[in-house]
Amino acid sequence: MGKLKRILALTVLAISPVLQSAYAETPEEKGLAIAEETDRRDLGWGDSDVVMQMTLRNAEGESSVRDLRLRSLEVPERKAGDKSITVFYKPRDIEGTAFLSHTKILDPDDQWLYLPALKRVKRISSKNKSGPFVGSEFAYEDLVSQEVDRYAYKWLRDEACGEAAPDRECFVVERTPLYEHSGYTKQISWIDKQDYQPRKLEFYDRKDALLKTLLMLDYKQYRGQYWRTHRMDMVNHQTGKSTTLTFEDYSFQVGLSEDDFVKNRLKRVQ
Amino acid sequence: MTAGSFSKWAAGLCLAAASLPAVAEEPRFDATLEVGAELRLFPNSPAFPVQRDRAVSPSIYFEPEFTADWNGGDDRLTLVPFARLDRDDDRRTHADLREANWLHIGEGYDLVVGADKVFWGVTESRHLVDIINQSDALEDIDQEDKLGQPMVQIAVPRDWGTTSLFVMPYFRERTFPDRRARLSGGVRVDSSASYDSDAEEFNPDIALRWAHVIGDFDIGLSHFHGTSREPRLLQNDPSDAVNLTPHYDLIDQTGLDLQYTTDAWLWKLEAIGRAGHGDYFGAAVAGFEYTLFGIAETDMDLGFLAEYQYDGRDEGGDAPGVLANNDTFLGARLTLNDVDDSSLLAGAVVDNEDGSTLLSLEAERRIGDAWKVEAVARFFVNTDERNPLHGYDRDDFVSLTLIRYF
Repeated sequence: MGKLKRILALTVLAISPVLQSAYAETPEEKGLAIAEETDRRDLGWGDSDVVMQMTLRNAEGESSVRDLRLRSLEVPERKAGDKSITVFYKPRDIEGTAFLSHTKILDPDDQWLYLPALKRVKRISSKNKSGPFVGSEFAYEDLVSQEVDRYAYKWLRDEACGEAAPDRECFVVERTPLYEHSGYTKQISWIDKQDYQPRKLEFYDRKDALLKTLLMLDYKQYRGQYWRTHRMDMVNHQTGKSTTLTFEDYSFQVGLSEDDFVKNRLKRVQ
Repeated sequence: MTAGSFSKWAAGLCLAAASLPAVAEEPRFDATLEVGAELRLFPNSPAFPVQRDRAVSPSIYFEPEFTADWNGGDDRLTLVPFARLDRDDDRRTHADLREANWLHIGEGYDLVVGADKVFWGVTESRHLVDIINQSDALEDIDQEDKLGQPMVQIAVPRDWGTTSLFVMPYFRERTFPDRRARLSGGVRVDSSASYDSDAEEFNPDIALRWAHVIGDFDIGLSHFHGTSREPRLLQNDPSDAVNLTPHYDLIDQTGLDLQYTTDAWLWKLEAIGRAGHGDYFGAAVAGFEYTLFGIAETDMDLGFLAEYQYDGRDEGGDAPGVLANNDTFLGARLTLNDVDDSSLLAGAVVDNEDGSTLLSLEAERRIGDAWKVEAVARFFVNTDERNPLHGYDRDDFVSLTLIRYF
């Protein structure tokens, strides 16, 4: 027995530096490390093209559908954000309307809108991050590429992921927007411990009341590495409205380049 | 050609076609149709005895669009005819090819061959720099409806900006209302115009434009050489003062458009210099749009617009008349950000010298997935007798359009 105790004591001594460093990590450091790992696992996707459908529902259950297509370009530098073009097909009165965004980290994004009836490209103010995107429950800031340095992080706890991934375990991380003009005081995210993909997000409004919950479902992996959700369900708890965003299969590395994401090409996209 | 040689020839053609990647891929076709029914309401009786006194003027328009694309969208054929039938204005019953072109996106260039619409500029109250397309003045008096312009356009995007060259072999004359209709000013504008150029409407026009984005600045520089889109209206027969002949001069116009975007502010400038209409003159529109996002804790945005319009042309007869010589535009834009994309734009253009005012209201919203309503109201207020707006003094109108998309 005495021998066993000595072995145990030695073992504890031997692994204590490991334990020490683990416990020395603050909740903030752990939260950031999780976000960095999510980001690291998604590096190198290059460019992508996906067709999407957005279904808007009001509290009475009436629905309205938008068909759109999103083309994205990865900008690998951590200090620069990704670029994207969104083209609308339905409803018909906005068919051909296109939206170009050059995401920044903390500075305002550069945004242009193409209006096909007038053949006019307009540079628009990007101050409006928290307004509804095409009347949906998604704000522009909910859809923009999730750059690590746009937020401050704090790991809260580990727990079951819940309804979005019933048999998975998640990190629960609070993140606080660092960019200006966010409509949120904070977001609580549930990040799957296995693949580091977000499963659920709660959005808290400027009065720190729960505003919306987003579930990210139907993940598929592409090119053996990149995970993409194929269904996002956003519920607004304050209005009873909801929006579902579904994605058809993604295409990656379809040959898009910087030249396809400039203002003067916007009127040519379809 | 014998049957045998024909089949060989056909087989050869098929082989050739199959070896061309452009043809090997199945082209995609799309056809859509937009139909709009419009009612124009004129609350006042007309100013000129020749004008028909109709309080309600109905019309209907059709705008189909046919497209075919191949090469993954890098080659595209677009055909957009347009036709309107108007009960009370024989000239407003008109048809046009808004677009009939082939677009090719090549390695490092875009090419457009055929009739197309091109928009240049940034300001809201006047489109000074925008010169490629002729205005379809029958559709509305705001000069935002355009006739299709035949052209060969090549655009070359580079790191230092996009340079575009336009060669336009055929000129489109401006459309004018029938004398007996409202908004005609009681004058008849001849449908046969006179020209500076001996080639008349076949005088080739050339334009060059460079556009670039530098940080928060969007900048465009352009030069146009050719037939002015603005006609001078000549009174060729002194005994017939209400019969006018449009005359199209050859001009050179250099344009600058600039927008600085910061926070919720859009600062805008358009400026031109023009030769060919009397003495060389400058004109400019400058102003801003400032938006309050999410007003009163709703999803609505409210924007404020203000622009100053200056035009230095000599209005003694060598240049076409102009309204915007020393005028101020003030406006407000309300965007509901709702499911139906409802929006409202209200504005006033006031002549700083004589106070003549044009009040405008434009509103629109979608109904369901395939319908839309638009309302436009224009009121001519306090018009001075010497101001060209005076001819519209009793032509205040409200137009309601119901649009269906097929």
